Amino acid sequence: MTTVTLVVNEKARTLELDTRTTLLDALREHLHLTGTKKGCDHGQCGACTVILNGRRINSCMSLAVMHEGDRITTIEGLGSPDHLHPMQAAFVKHDGYQCGYCTPGQICSAVAVLDEIKAGVPSHVSDDLNARPQLTDGELRERMSGNICRCGAYSNIVDAIIEVAGVQVSGAKA
Amino acid sequence: MKSFTYERARAPAEAAAAAAHVAGAKFIAGGTNLLDLMKLQIETPAHLIDINGLALDRIEATADGGLRIGALVRNTDLAADERVRRDYGLLARALLAGASGQLRNRATTAGNLLQRTRCPYFYDANQPCNKRKPGSGCAALEGFSRQHAVVGASDACIATHPSDMAVAMMALDATIETVRPDGPTHAIPIADFYRPPGDTPHVENALTPGELITAVTLSKPLGGIHIYRKVRDRASYAFALVSVGAIVQRDGSGCVALGGVAPKPWRIEAAEAEMPRGAKAVTARLLGDAKPTRENAFKLPLVERALGAVLAQARG
Repeated sequence: MTTVTLVVNEKARTLELDTRTTLLDALREHLHLTGTKKGCDHGQCGACTVILNGRRINSCMSLAVMHEGDRITTIEGLGSPDHLHPMQAAFVKHDGYQCGYCTPGQICSAVAVLDEIKAGVPSHVSDDLNARPQLTDGELRERMSGNICRCGAYSNIVDAIIEVAGVQVSGAKA
Repeated sequence: MKSFTYERARAPAEAAAAAAHVAGAKFIAGGTNLLDLMKLQIETPAHLIDINGLALDRIEATADGGLRIGALVRNTDLAADERVRRDYGLLARALLAGASGQLRNRATTAGNLLQRTRCPYFYDANQPCNKRKPGSGCAALEGFSRQHAVVGASDACIATHPSDMAVAMMALDATIETVRPDGPTHAIPIADFYRPPGDTPHVENALTPGELITAVTLSKPLGGIHIYRKVRDRASYAFALVSVGAIVQRDGSGCVALGGVAPKPWRIEAAEAEMPRGAKAVTARLLGDAKPTRENAFKLPLVERALGAVLAQARG
């Protein structure tokens, strides 16, 4: 067993864990933050996506003990039923899900994607590596390809992200 | 997952020494490949040495005008670095063609070089696999081999190397810097880094036990037009069936490396003399010794056509 302190949704949480515990299992089974979902458990589906120190990662492909002092934001930290994050509200408005299982990962990923575009991180579909990446359907589809939706809500997910991006561009918050 | 002990390393030489002295020790950085394999008990380290705390996450200019990329630079950061985007576009393009945004945020430069194959028989512990269990045989030879190697393989193993980034590093003649457990540092040209499978496909590279990659260096920019063309079963987040990484100069000369066709990023410098003559001539040299299976023979014309498209794009 190893002791590790994670800063989860802005609260320091100290856990004593088997070294084998993934970050995903630490969140779900030890901190009971079950919003983050276990899909494939092999980094292929994106259901377990959380935001680590401001960047999205697959929480199933990381060991909790590797994250001493790290800041982790889960879907519970983005918003609550009474105070939805703009991305959560946009997913509701645009029907960006059916069964909802992939949704927490989709939303965490989408929030981080907009930050990546803002930071100028290029993608596979960016025409010019040296220009600022554009907020287009194609860019969002490529950047969201690590989040699989078995129900096929992709087009509505893109609509939701575009709306939030638009709101951010104009400076107003939903 | 088998149980293991865990430590955080504080310095590269210390990490290498620890790896050499503890039986069954492995380094862990991004963990995006190793943990996947540990969950399947294909990798069963008794001890993990977490190297994320080592200060190997910087990209620095070198005295000869090149770049020194720390072993722990994440794939996202390497692809987004202004100097890489401007001067080594092939590398940025190859990185962005691989994996997903989430994985690129964790995966490191050194870990990407050391990726294990995605051969389904390597992943299936119920099947023989000489890479996973030396001497057990190769299920791919008579199995589903559509994704497998067409050149540079052996009767013991026809697995491919899965990395996109390494294809660019091969075309760019990268050098891999390491530190060994007994202290000295080494520089390994990437052309000498990957070992042909022969009858020991479990030995994949030139690293000695405990040896730790600390950086990858690139020579000064080559100029030219940088193109990475990846052909895969879906438009994003899939391994290459075939990929072509090329730098093409105005006079039609240049360099080219292939992914998805061999146990390592595939480059034959003699083939590059044929570049002004076109894709057919280059492919004939690159894949002259190809021994495809019935299921992956399509990769030969696919390489020629992908390279033809790359050369046409370079001509503008």
